[in-house]
Amino acid sequence: MAYPANYKYTREHEWIDVSGKTASVGITDHAQDSLGDIVFVELPKVGDKVEKGKVFGSVESVKAVSDLYSPATGTVTAINEELTTAPEKINADAHAAWIMKIELSDPGELDSLLTAADYETYAKEETGH
Amino acid sequence: MTATAALRKTPLNGLHRRLGAKMVDFGGWDMPVEYSGLIAEHMAVRTGVGIFDVSHMGDIQLRGPGSLGAVQHISMNDAARLQVGQAQYSAMLYPEGTFVDDIIVHKFSENDYLFVINAGTREKDYEWIRTQARGFDCHVSDYSDYYTQLAIQGPKAQETLQKLTNVDLGKVKFYWFTWGTVCGLANTLIARTGYTGEDGFEIYVPSDVATSERVWDEVIATGAEFGILPCGLGARNTLRLEAALSLYGHEISESINVWEAGLDRFCKLEKGPFAGSEALKKVQAAGGPEKKLVGLEVVERGIARDGYRVMDLSGKEIGYVTSGSPAPFLKKNIALAYVPRSLAEVGTEVAVEIRNNQVKAKVVPLPFYKKPKKT
Repeated sequence: MAYPANYKYTREHEWIDVSGKTASVGITDHAQDSLGDIVFVELPKVGDKVEKGKVFGSVESVKAVSDLYSPATGTVTAINEELTTAPEKINADAHAAWIMKIELSDPGELDSLLTAADYETYAKEETGH
Repeated sequence: MTATAALRKTPLNGLHRRLGAKMVDFGGWDMPVEYSGLIAEHMAVRTGVGIFDVSHMGDIQLRGPGSLGAVQHISMNDAARLQVGQAQYSAMLYPEGTFVDDIIVHKFSENDYLFVINAGTREKDYEWIRTQARGFDCHVSDYSDYYTQLAIQGPKAQETLQKLTNVDLGKVKFYWFTWGTVCGLANTLIARTGYTGEDGFEIYVPSDVATSERVWDEVIATGAEFGILPCGLGARNTLRLEAALSLYGHEISESINVWEAGLDRFCKLEKGPFAGSEALKKVQAAGGPEKKLVGLEVVERGIARDGYRVMDLSGKEIGYVTSGSPAPFLKKNIALAYVPRSLAEVGTEVAVEIRNNQVKAKVVPLPFYKKPKKT
C-alpha cells in the first residue's frame, strides 16, 4: 500500500496528517501488517496532553501489544471511538483509520519526522532480513 | 539479519516463505507464525480444517525387550495400559516432580515405543531419555529429522484426509494411530492426535523437500472445498489456549510440578515408582500443592498477556499469567494463571495488572473450549 506523500511518519510507525494547527494521527500500513489482526485499541482522552515521542495509547493484535508514540506535542481534540468496537478498521485501511486528532503546540517539531519516501525505505529495511 | 542463518528450518521452510508467511524464531526454529491472518486460521480449524507444519517436533523411539520398563520409568502415565496402535499424553519428570517436557507416547509394538516431544527441548529430552534408559535393555534413537510432521486439524480433517488415504479413518479413534498409504506413500504413520482441542490427525511423511511439499500441496488442494487454510504457530497457540492445553515453558516447566499444573489424570502413581514419583508423593502427603493453574476470563476491558501479574481485589500480588490472549472463537479475553490454591475456586474474582491498571477477571472452569460432541 502506498504511503500518502502529504503525511509525515515516525520511526515507531505512526503517521501524522497535518492541516493547519490540527493533525490526525494513526499507525502505518507496515505497522498493521506486522501486528496482524488488531483486536484492541487503547485511546487517549479528549483534553489529554500528548508529547512528541511519548506513549499516548496502545494497539493490540491477537498476539502482541504495541505502544503508540505521539509524532508531535499537543492537546487531544478528538478520538476515533469507532475503533473501540471495530479495531479491525486499522487492518482494513491503516492510513484512513485515524486514532486521535490533536491541536499542535509546535508545528516546527514536524520537520524531524520522516517523509513518505524515507519511511518506506525505513520500513523495508526493517523487514528485509 | 545474521541471526537468521543459525535458525533451524523444517523441510517446508521454502514453501512457507513462498506462501508469504510471517516467520518467527520459535525455540531456535524459523517457523511460520501466520499466513492469511491468525483469526481466520483459528476459525478455519474450529469450523472447517487447517494444516500445520509441526516438523520441528521431535520423534524419539525406544526399542528392545526393556523398552516398556524404560518408558514406565521415564514417563508419568501408565504405558502398560496402552494397546498396540494406541497413544497417550504424558510427561517426563525430574526427580523433583517437575517437568522435563510433556510428550505423546505411541505404542508401535510390545517392544517399540515412540515419544513425540517438543521442539525447543529436543536435545535436552534426547539426552534425558538416553540417560534414564540406561540399565534397561532398550535402544534409544532420534528420528526427528526423518519425518515431516503435518497436523491436519478441524471438524473437516477426517473428510479431507480420507480422500488421500486407503485407511478407513472412521476406525481410528481419538489418540489411536495406524499406518497406511497417504498421497501414495506406503506405511505412513497416521495418528488421531493434535494440539488444537479439535478433532484431527498428525501424519509423518519422509522429510525430503519434494515429498514434504507434494503432500502439503495435495492436502491443501483436497481441503479446498472445506476452506482449508495453512495455519501458523499463532493460531496453534490460541487454539491450544482455548482448549487449555499446556505449553512447555509456560504452564509447565522445570520449576512447576504435576499437581500444580493440574495434570493429575495423566500421572499414575499406582503403576509403581518412576522418575519424579517420590517427590510427588511427598507433595501429596504434605497436603497438596500451594498453587494451582486456573483459567481466567478477563471481565473488564483488557487483554491479559504472558507474565502479567495477578492480584487479589485488595491489590496484593497473588500469582502470574502463564498464557493470555484474546480467544478468537470464544471472543473473550482468556488466560491461564498460577494462583494460591485458596483462590483457585471457580467464580473467585481477581485482577490482572494490565499496563499498570488493575483489570477484573474471574476464575472459570477449564477447558475454556470443548469440541462439540459428534451427532
